[in-house]
Amino acid sequence: MNVRLYLWQRATAALMVPLVLLHIAVIFYATRNGMTAADILSRTRGSIMWASYYGLFVAAASIHAAIGVRNVLTEWSPLADRRAGRFAIVFGLLLAALGARAVFAVVLS
Amino acid sequence: MIARGTMHRGSALWIAAMAHRLSGLALAIFLPLHFLALGLAIDGEAKFEGFLRWTDQPPVKFAEGGLVFLLTVHLLGGLRVLVIENLDWHDGQKQLATLAAAISAIIAFFFLARVF
Repeated sequence: MNVRLYLWQRATAALMVPLVLLHIAVIFYATRNGMTAADILSRTRGSIMWASYYGLFVAAASIHAAIGVRNVLTEWSPLADRRAGRFAIVFGLLLAALGARAVFAVVLS
Repeated sequence: MIARGTMHRGSALWIAAMAHRLSGLALAIFLPLHFLALGLAIDGEAKFEGFLRWTDQPPVKFAEGGLVFLLTVHLLGGLRVLVIENLDWHDGQKQLATLAAAISAIIAFFFLARVF
């Protein structure tokens, strides 16, 4: 892993510490009476706060996961660095696209 | 007989590093499915609700408990890495790694107790 990727990996990790803690708290809150779509969507629909929080979370997780997958492929698979890097970029973009779609789904739809 | 090059594999910190990697890999595999599930809300609340009712099945709840465990393991494992790399603090690493596993198991247990 080069220095640039290392810094992105650690910066997104540090950024996600409070985001994950809040996510775990929300998981517990959302399951207090059993999860329902109405309950979840009433909280998220039209909310700039939740859109910003989940949008930032998706961006950080996509970058973090892509770099992590690249490291695993480089160390544990026969793929050469360049191929592992290409796979990781596609994976990261796919995560970012699906994540953005998910945020759109719960906030704007 | 254990080969000299693999002796470290029994150590608590090697296991902590491996748990961090494997939990991260599992979360990376789960994330696209998580996003696709949330994306069902695009087609309306009813479709999303239908999926949530599917998740009421006990095996799915157990799997969700496993995901909460993996997320907590990865969070605490990541904090361990950030602390080791950025702070001048190296004492009690094995105890902290064990404590992290225990906290993750307790949080996952509380999650399961809540959803069942």
